[in-house]
Amino acid sequence: MKLRIQYAIVLGVIAVILPWLLSDFRVFQLNLMLVYAIAILGLNLLTGYGGQISLGHGAFYAIGAYTAAVLMDKAAFSAYATLPIAALVCLVSGVLMGFPALRLSGHYLALATFALAMAVPQLLKYKGIEDYTGGVQGIVLDKPQPLFEFEFLGKALSEDRWMYYLVLIVTVLMFWLAHNLVNGRIGRAIVAIRDQPIAAGALGVNLTAVKTITFGVSAAYTGVAGALGAIAVSYVAPDSFHTFLSISFLVGAVVGGLGTIPGALFGAAFIQFVPNVADEISKSAPWAVYGAILLALVYVAPGGVMGMINKLKRGDSK
Amino acid sequence: MNRKLTVLSLAAGIAMAISATSAFAAKYDAGASDTEVKVGNIVPYSGPASAYGQIGKAISAYFKGVNANGGINGRQITIISLDDGYSPPKTVEQARKLVEQERVLFLAATLGTPTNSAIHAYMNKKKVPHLFVNTGAHKWGDPTGNPWTMGLQPDYQVEGKIYAAHILANNPNAKIAILYQNDDYGKDYVKGMEDGLGDKKGMIVAKASYETTDPTVSNQMATLKGSGADTFFNVTTPKWAAQAIKGAAELGWKPTHYLNSVSSSVGSVMVPAGAENGIGVISSNYFKDPADPAWANDAGFIAYKAWMEKNMPGENIAEGFFTSGYIHAAAIEKTIQQAGDDLTRKNIMKQAASLDFGNGMLLPGVKFKTSATDFFPIENKQLMRWNGKSWELFGDVLGPK
Amino acid sequence: MDGFLLQVFSGLANGSIYAAVGLALVMIYQSTHHINFAQGEMATFSTFICWWLIDSGMSYWLAFFLTVGVAFIGGVVVQRVFIRPVERKPVLINVIVFVALLVIFNAMSGWIFDHTLKAFDSPFPVRSAVLPEYISGHQLGSLGVTLAVLLVIYLFFRFTPIGLAMRGAAQNPDSASLVGIRVTWMLALGWGLASAIGAVAGMMMAPIMFLDPNMMAGILLYGFAAALLGGIDNPWGAVAGGFIVGVLENLLGAYVIGSDLKLTVALVLIVGTLTLKPNGLFGQKVVTRV
Repeated sequence: MKLRIQYAIVLGVIAVILPWLLSDFRVFQLNLMLVYAIAILGLNLLTGYGGQISLGHGAFYAIGAYTAAVLMDKAAFSAYATLPIAALVCLVSGVLMGFPALRLSGHYLALATFALAMAVPQLLKYKGIEDYTGGVQGIVLDKPQPLFEFEFLGKALSEDRWMYYLVLIVTVLMFWLAHNLVNGRIGRAIVAIRDQPIAAGALGVNLTAVKTITFGVSAAYTGVAGALGAIAVSYVAPDSFHTFLSISFLVGAVVGGLGTIPGALFGAAFIQFVPNVADEISKSAPWAVYGAILLALVYVAPGGVMGMINKLKRGDSK
Repeated sequence: MNRKLTVLSLAAGIAMAISATSAFAAKYDAGASDTEVKVGNIVPYSGPASAYGQIGKAISAYFKGVNANGGINGRQITIISLDDGYSPPKTVEQARKLVEQERVLFLAATLGTPTNSAIHAYMNKKKVPHLFVNTGAHKWGDPTGNPWTMGLQPDYQVEGKIYAAHILANNPNAKIAILYQNDDYGKDYVKGMEDGLGDKKGMIVAKASYETTDPTVSNQMATLKGSGADTFFNVTTPKWAAQAIKGAAELGWKPTHYLNSVSSSVGSVMVPAGAENGIGVISSNYFKDPADPAWANDAGFIAYKAWMEKNMPGENIAEGFFTSGYIHAAAIEKTIQQAGDDLTRKNIMKQAASLDFGNGMLLPGVKFKTSATDFFPIENKQLMRWNGKSWELFGDVLGPK
Repeated sequence: MDGFLLQVFSGLANGSIYAAVGLALVMIYQSTHHINFAQGEMATFSTFICWWLIDSGMSYWLAFFLTVGVAFIGGVVVQRVFIRPVERKPVLINVIVFVALLVIFNAMSGWIFDHTLKAFDSPFPVRSAVLPEYISGHQLGSLGVTLAVLLVIYLFFRFTPIGLAMRGAAQNPDSASLVGIRVTWMLALGWGLASAIGAVAGMMMAPIMFLDPNMMAGILLYGFAAALLGGIDNPWGAVAGGFIVGVLENLLGAYVIGSDLKLTVALVLIVGTLTLKPNGLFGQKVVTRV
């Protein structure tokens, strides 16, 4: 137990100091990584713990992003205030998607969510709502300004560093909430439904309620990530939310380790940085390199990074 | 006493000489030095728009050639070209990488409207020249609002207006059907046509859109034919343009067909669509299509062909995207050349706004011209008609002289 | 009426493409119980190989059948090398492997054959022998090819011992190996056949859609929908599903909602259909033992 607390403190200190050791650009990349971690955590709740596959989480990311963008652009909301609203809007959308998902399983659910991922970008371009969404041109946003001036290790408290702390706080909060959810009664119900749905039903678990709420919470997480992402990038457009984004989230969830919470961080690091690494390795076919790295990882560590870590831990304690 | 005066005057003389040379010494911002100028470029090498990545390929090849000939003003030009997969968040990341990490002097020929929109504010805030953006959207020529951004090609709305004017002049009772890509580029053209028709906007009897994820446009074509229109405005990128031309022929629909210049490529559109199917199609362009036999004996094309064979051996000479890259690269080269030894970002911008040159691959009469109030480098276009083998230019060169 | 018929026939023509892709997906499913997301990219790559053969001077049909053969072998190799390590692993691991293959094949197509749009020949006459005002010669031809492939698959699974062995290996690998079926080779065979069918689909659609590395990007959803709406284990269903999707897409786009919201309508249709018939329109109800 004591070791755990020591780890946590060290991790905490590193997390707080990190932006002062890196350039603004690296902090920006780190922000994106943390945002993806929240999105992947959301997907993991549904897919890893809940066993319901989703190829459409990019849609919820987009809804969260646009919620934040429209509120900031049209209703002069501050960036911070958009987050709970994005969460709420996506919670509702997720539950709405969860109802038909009740009847679907496996490949059918994959198809339905994939259709969702493809439909949302087109919907965002619809001229009927163009006045709010900016249509194909998108919406340009202003980053939240630091509320005070500060200097440390020769660097100033820039917009990126300020954004980092916002994202960090939200990330820690979301991870803590997920940890409690998963280890509580609802979490056990979710896993029970995944592994033995019939038995769970027979034991009195309300399948409908648990499954739809799982969808909703999962969507809410990804929606908050979308809102943060929109603010970090300071721009939303339908082209930002292509189907490969949804697939990337799934890749991140599996690479990090399905059914684990810390896995989301590793998965996010993978989808944020490996494409850049692949680009350095091969200019002519970087995505082939990405695919090769992905394959290697899946063969070597099918349980994801967390699976590998757990295996090593078990090996140590022999 | 005399010796002291001599020494003093000598010292003063030397001091003056030193300060005089430093007044003429080179001035550099990040990315420039005595030996090198670093330029950033972002194009989609992967993803749905990967065809446009070939433009980046051509630009890189161009400067490899320039460097082999000694560079510009004695400096080697390093082009750092990155992939954004046509995804705006990635464009933001790559732009920040180029400016903040690679520390390039300026960005040039970045491609796409949403992608450039994503970095528009950033480039102007950081005061880094954002030159020759590769899109025809209207908003890039804004020297007062966004003094660090400049486009290159004629804008899509202007082109739409040109076709509208042609329709009004030649067929004032036309019924117009429009097929357009459901994004900024498509909508810009449609706006241009609608604005050009003015209060005759009602001539447009049918509009159908498509997404780049749509496999075919056959059902849109069927709908448009069914509207009874006799004039067709085809606002599609090459793949769907070829399908639309072929589709119209297969349906037995023979409207007066206006094709947007983006898809006027002989090699990628007119020939795959079936050369006879496109006879009579009207389009416009500002550069010479390398696959068009009309230019076979033209000096500019012959020079271009030699350039291709030397710098892009084995590549398809008929590919129009390489020509687009060639022209963008020429503009970059001219800008750096004119800047001489003052390679500050401010001066780069100033030189970009004082360009006035021609190029062997520009159509006769089309010039590359900018000024402090005119951030639209190429504004000339000429109408042309497909005759089954090549594009026949007709009419005057339109736009400012 | 004329316009309506035009939309219907054009929908059927598109539908035959969706049906072909759907068939390939069903083939993989019937032999492995997985859906191969890389199907489209593998098919595109095969089509490029055919293009290259024709470009180098080979005649169409020779290139066609050679490509089908190469695609078959390629599919077997892919299964043995890349899929076998994760055969028994959970579905999602397999999905990620498919995603990796998708990305790799797409990148290889672009790298080896470049991104320029390429025209692709059609072996069929330009004018259709049947109903020439509504359908082109090529559309009629590809319709015929799709139906021929369907027939071959049906006969193969129904009446040949290998087909039976493949179905057994997919449904119950443990029992199948007990009766002497070499399960992993059945899976490899399934992949080979699916890859061959995909190649045929690609070669049929390239003349209409023109060949570039992203040719199949938009099709996957429709092929997926065709396969699932028809019932994932039913080849006839996939073909019927393909035609239904093709025709509905056209009719809805033309008469109901316009092209601006086509994908949203597709989404609603898919979700709606599956809600009412969770195993697809023609699928069999799956009963699990408790």
